[in-house]
Amino acid sequence: MKLKTIALAATLVATGAAQAQLSDNIVRVGVLTDLSGAYSDIAGKGTVVATQMAIADFIAKEKPAFKVEMVSADHQNKGDVAANKAREWFEREKVDVVSELVTTSVALAVQKIAKEKNKIALISGAASTRITNEDCNDVTVHWTYDTYSVANGTAKAVTKAGGKKWFFLTADYAFGHSLEKDASEVIKANGGEVLGAVRHPFPGSDFSSFLLKAQSSGAQIIGLANAGADTINSIKQAAEFGVTPKQQLAGLLMFVSDVHSLGLKTTQGMYLTEGFYWNLNEETRAWSKRFFEQQKRMPTMVQAGQYSSVMHYLKAVKAIGSDDTQKVMAQMKKTPVNDFFAKNGSIRADGRMVHDMYLLQVKKPAESTTPWDYYNVVATIPAADAFQPLSGSKCALVKQ
Amino acid sequence: MELLGIPAKALFGQLLLGLINGSFYAVLSLGLAVIFGLLNIINFSHGALYMVGAFGALLGLNYLGMNYWVALVLVPLAVGLLGILIERTMLKHLYKLDHLYGLLLTFGLALIAEGVFRYYFGVSGESYPAPEALQGGVDLGFMYLPLYRGWVVVASLLVCGATWYLIERTSLGATLRAATERPELVQALGINVPLMVTLTYGGGVALAAFAGVLAAPVLQVNPVMGSNLIIVVFAVVVIGGMGSIAGSIVTGLGLGVVEGLTKVVYPEASAVVIFVIMIVVLLFRPAGLFGKQA
Repeated sequence: MKLKTIALAATLVATGAAQAQLSDNIVRVGVLTDLSGAYSDIAGKGTVVATQMAIADFIAKEKPAFKVEMVSADHQNKGDVAANKAREWFEREKVDVVSELVTTSVALAVQKIAKEKNKIALISGAASTRITNEDCNDVTVHWTYDTYSVANGTAKAVTKAGGKKWFFLTADYAFGHSLEKDASEVIKANGGEVLGAVRHPFPGSDFSSFLLKAQSSGAQIIGLANAGADTINSIKQAAEFGVTPKQQLAGLLMFVSDVHSLGLKTTQGMYLTEGFYWNLNEETRAWSKRFFEQQKRMPTMVQAGQYSSVMHYLKAVKAIGSDDTQKVMAQMKKTPVNDFFAKNGSIRADGRMVHDMYLLQVKKPAESTTPWDYYNVVATIPAADAFQPLSGSKCALVKQ
Repeated sequence: MELLGIPAKALFGQLLLGLINGSFYAVLSLGLAVIFGLLNIINFSHGALYMVGAFGALLGLNYLGMNYWVALVLVPLAVGLLGILIERTMLKHLYKLDHLYGLLLTFGLALIAEGVFRYYFGVSGESYPAPEALQGGVDLGFMYLPLYRGWVVVASLLVCGATWYLIERTSLGATLRAATERPELVQALGINVPLMVTLTYGGGVALAAFAGVLAAPVLQVNPVMGSNLIIVVFAVVVIGGMGSIAGSIVTGLGLGVVEGLTKVVYPEASAVVIFVIMIVVLLFRPAGLFGKQA
């Protein structure tokens, strides 16, 4: 009996020692995204393609000693579906990192499970600042953007340009509320006022009655605190009901895919803030053309951010020769991010990857020279100014 | 002046919008009610065929230069033919079986249609412009009514009225109704019952496609526009009474108005209110408001 116990204990110790290296010498990256719903053009299949590109480029350039595999799944914008999938991946399929996670409710749910299972969550698509505030943890990185950085850029620019009276059309869930709150604070800080808000079910389709309410509020600016298909329909129906051009619309979270869908005629002159634009410089153009060859659409910031975050993760794993969660997180936070996606990028204590953001204005149809040539870059918002300062953070990991 | 704590002006505007949406629900639920009332098929592909109708208008414009007015006539005919094809090849085998088989088959077809369109067009969809003659709008004082939305009400009510008249007041309609209640007798009288059934299904599908073309300028034409709507439409038909043609028209309009009111009073609940009503109605009148007790 005693011999058996010692033998068993010895086996356990031996397996424990092996953990210092990669678990079964394979790094598995999970891509959990919205493949079929409201956000599938912003993120969706494009993020799977971006991840595949990142893995292929990593293997070709860095020639690692370990194998890299990818699994992907559709979370359908449902927190419970996502949570179950993440759990299944962590427990049964030995996935090391779950990534993408567009839709705030999904990200918040999966963040918790990643912490519970001591795995990493790399968030590209989800928006809410809660991810790095109230719900922050030490296994999460929020990579591409958040409601503060997009609201800050756009709301500040529009309010300073004279749009002082605002009314919000808000998607009724965590993301919409977060975007409305962050934008309201920026508006008030710059001398504007918020006359009211109307919350629509998510996802919506007919916004006519909500737009009618916004119309009768007397606001100059109608802030759209929603995204994806909701934003597209809101803009289209606002034009239909004569809301524009008397009142101006501010898309607080818009993507190049939305502009592509609506066309320049409807969206021209709109301000928006993004973390990436394919046509910024030679580097972004080169990468985006490669993406376009596979996806037949130019990348959104979520898709570009997905490539960047996965590459950063893989490089960190190679640098320390281990996929141990805490060690990889430490390595990722130590290493600056400077690639085609992010300039002056770094991951803070709260998990927020800060990088330069861009204030953009949609071109007039006559100004656009090539397909997908949609934006004029109005300003580059430096990393230090773009994101919520750590001093205002509600994250327990940040020492106040 | 205020009613329910809301300025009257805003209230009338919302009621009108509710009426517009309601007329939409009416056309869609009419097709569904026709198919169920006359054929006993629970047509879960109704939403997908509505989407196909909208895409038909879009593709017709982009590739054939087909304008809106032509599309309004041709696309329902084309999709109706598609419906006839579906009925002849697949559905007719299921009539003798339980309702559920028809439901499953049509649901499967809907998923296939959606998947194919999503693969080619993505979920953001594309814009379809309203016809020149109907662009712009008129200021009614309490709200600005886009001409196109006004047209939607007119067209929907005309089509609903015509369909109701056809089924309830003409001899063709009478034959149709008889054929579904006593197919053997009617067949014995020399009337080609299977052909009537096929044409009826095609007609119901054409109604869905008509609603799709009507919807194309209003909403983005995207592959999931049908699935977003189909559950609501089913609720409308259930509340109205599965077999009642007039019932589904009246209920569609009424529920559109109720939904519009909810959007004013408590917008967060506007997606749910129709289902709440459905539960209440089913508890007290299981056959629906206008349905015949089985």
